[in-house]
Amino acid sequence: MNAPLPQSLTDNPRLDRWVGFEPDRTVRIATGKVELGQGVLTALVQIAAEELDVPPARIRLVSGVTAQSPNEGYTAGSRSIEESGGSIRLVCAEVRGLFLDHIAGVLGCRPAELAIEDGAMLRNGTPTGFDYWSLNEKIDLARPATGSAPVKRAADFRHIGRNLARVDLPAKIAGGAFVHDLAPPGLKHARVIRQPRRGARLKSIDEAAIRRATHGRVELVRDGDFLAVVADDESVAMQAVDAVRRHCVWEGGVSIPADAGEPAFMTAQPSKDRVIETGAPAAGDAVRTLEATYSRPFIAHASLAPSCALANFADGKLTIWSHAQGVYQLRNAVARALGMAPEDVTVMHRQGAGCYGHNGADDAGLDAALVARRLPGRTVRLQWSREDELSAAPFGSAMTVRMQAALDARGRPLDWTHELWSAVHGQRPGMAGNVNLLAAAALPDAPPAPEPVDVPDAGGGGGVRNAANLYDLPRQRVVHHLLTQMPVRTSSLRTLGGYTNVFAAECFMDELAEAAGEDPVSYRLSLMSEPRARRVIETVARLCGWSGRGERGSGTARGLGFARYKNKAGYAAVVAEVDVDEAVRVKRVWCAVDGGLIISPDGARNQIEGGVIQATSWTLKEAVRFDEGRVASITWDDYPILRFSEVPAVEIELIDAPEQPPLGLGEVVHGPTAAAIGNAVAHALGTRIRNLPLTRERIMASVLSEKS
Amino acid sequence: MSEPVDFIVNGRKVGVSVEAATPLLAVLRNTLGLTGSRFGCGLEQCGACMVLVDGEPVYACTREVGTVGGKTVTTVEGLANGGSLHPLQQAFLAEQAGQCGYCLSGILMSAKALLDRNPHPSRAEIVAALDRHLCRCGAHNRIIRAVERAAAGSAP
Repeated sequence: MNAPLPQSLTDNPRLDRWVGFEPDRTVRIATGKVELGQGVLTALVQIAAEELDVPPARIRLVSGVTAQSPNEGYTAGSRSIEESGGSIRLVCAEVRGLFLDHIAGVLGCRPAELAIEDGAMLRNGTPTGFDYWSLNEKIDLARPATGSAPVKRAADFRHIGRNLARVDLPAKIAGGAFVHDLAPPGLKHARVIRQPRRGARLKSIDEAAIRRATHGRVELVRDGDFLAVVADDESVAMQAVDAVRRHCVWEGGVSIPADAGEPAFMTAQPSKDRVIETGAPAAGDAVRTLEATYSRPFIAHASLAPSCALANFADGKLTIWSHAQGVYQLRNAVARALGMAPEDVTVMHRQGAGCYGHNGADDAGLDAALVARRLPGRTVRLQWSREDELSAAPFGSAMTVRMQAALDARGRPLDWTHELWSAVHGQRPGMAGNVNLLAAAALPDAPPAPEPVDVPDAGGGGGVRNAANLYDLPRQRVVHHLLTQMPVRTSSLRTLGGYTNVFAAECFMDELAEAAGEDPVSYRLSLMSEPRARRVIETVARLCGWSGRGERGSGTARGLGFARYKNKAGYAAVVAEVDVDEAVRVKRVWCAVDGGLIISPDGARNQIEGGVIQATSWTLKEAVRFDEGRVASITWDDYPILRFSEVPAVEIELIDAPEQPPLGLGEVVHGPTAAAIGNAVAHALGTRIRNLPLTRERIMASVLSEKS
Repeated sequence: MSEPVDFIVNGRKVGVSVEAATPLLAVLRNTLGLTGSRFGCGLEQCGACMVLVDGEPVYACTREVGTVGGKTVTTVEGLANGGSLHPLQQAFLAEQAGQCGYCLSGILMSAKALLDRNPHPSRAEIVAALDRHLCRCGAHNRIIRAVERAAAGSAP
């Protein structure tokens, strides 16, 4: 029996939607997934080349263009290889089979006598004179995929499982490639003047004073409480922002308390609550109960480039060039916000800087469209400022997690509760039927703010992502408090709730091991019967030469963290080695990762290395700060991230599992890395800090309170 | 008020007529069409805009164009020599050093300044030279290895 088709193929069943043979002897592969810096396009080229038997250089990808690419939703959740890669693999295998069957009929031979080399068909090793391109007219690809064609076996792979150089990197080391660089003739440059608080109203604006201050070189675009400037010269537009701010009076809006995100704040907010329970408490009396509360603050995407979009409005049609993760979703949301028909809006994906979730890309798309609508026929380039990027883009929600376990005489859990408080992790354009674009809320007659709806559990969940774990626990209770009136704008940031939930559960696991007087590796293994999970834990222990933990409080220690991302993507076990004096220094990190079939080993390593470093940055340094009711961390000085002088060495072992389906890898190490660092720091200090980030201030406070 | 500024960009003499206080980055990107140098913060905090002025790394986002009159400016577009990539670019490809790549233009320029001054830097010297640059994707170790590779390839 066949496995179910990938969702992308069910949604876009026609073969010619995915693949085509072009007159210049290239192969068009269309994908709805987009390059975010994660290397997905390269992996998709490898998959298509493998199943079609053409060299990667013949593949031309069409990525993220409404009307030309299959609609595959958002490029998110580490699902691209499974969804788009899985679809392309089945489609290409089927197309290859259709061509071979056709030639077998023409030549009167068995398909097994045929092979394909560089797109040309061979019979028993001899050229037949046929190839994909010469037969293109004969084979009708305007038919639905059956998904039943056999894909290549691992033993026959020529491209999958080998390293292919990133297809996007040559342009990037030569200065090209980004949406920011598009410069059509007659380009106008725009900047937005954001409401100082969400929901603030523009009470008055002195347009005459602005004209004087800008020497009449900028045009002001106002639509309700949306405000932008546009000019021929980008520097003029940038400078005009300050002038406009000086001559605007705003009133009202949502004020953010300075302690937003701290556990006392989070647990006091109104919430929608639910309990997810599996198993039943084990029989027997609990000898003791442990409880501990962990937290992280709001985290910024902090993309290296401010969001940017271009837009052109002409003859009732709107075109947007954007680094959005979902071109169809942005198209539909913009169309709704502007009262246009979706078919009159085209969104073309162009690359932006690294994207780690729902950042400002979509918002900038609507911003640009609102300005372009005032300047028909002209292309408008709208770029956010650094301040916008660090304050107006959605944040990953702060979370508080209270862990509780009832333990038997051997220190094993009889019962386990993971209780979490979190704002929503999914407010992408179109989610839960809402527009969810920043400027849309500033337009006249904007609809009231919608009730937050978290990412569905079937999609891995939002706040509850990885709140349940894979250990052999008699009962797991997950208590989810979805905070319904959060003054901070939140949405999807890499791992959603997974980072904090894994940090909490895996630190708590160390606390249980410690209470039982056992080594954290062997304690975990005693509670884990899942073979692939055991294997990554055992592998990372071997890789780092784990031999117990050494003395507590010595200032140097190692710690372990484990998770299977979403409990259905890749498995990762991570060990971190830290030095702690006044601050934490993460020196080395070891990872063992099982991602099933790996398309590109170097691509996988790149994602894992990057994940370790980004998670180290979140864990040691990052927190959005609030002051005077607003986001106060608006420069890189206020929102520091890990630097070259602070990154750990990273050693990775990929588990070889080529016959297993590929599992998403892009987010597997974030949670385990945080837990590994947290556990290492706890052992190095001899006291545990449960609130992230593990800054110098927190370390010093902890050391001082121990001494007093 | 616009005024003429003449300087050399990537070996080519250019003359522009702009306000002297215009950031060099805006002139490179919008007037000269050299879009490889990147805007990241406008505050000298991320290094995405780094170019070389007379061989020294300079934040182009704040450097006023009026101050580079008569000087030599090198941007990422000036690294390759005709059809052949600069050894640093080759090394970055060989190490697959990058994810999104937005930080790379600036990093390549600081690395070039380092290797021009010190062809065989230690790892610590590479780290020190790149520490003003931010990378959000976490490609740091690959980038350091790429600079080491480029240095190893140069004559002893």
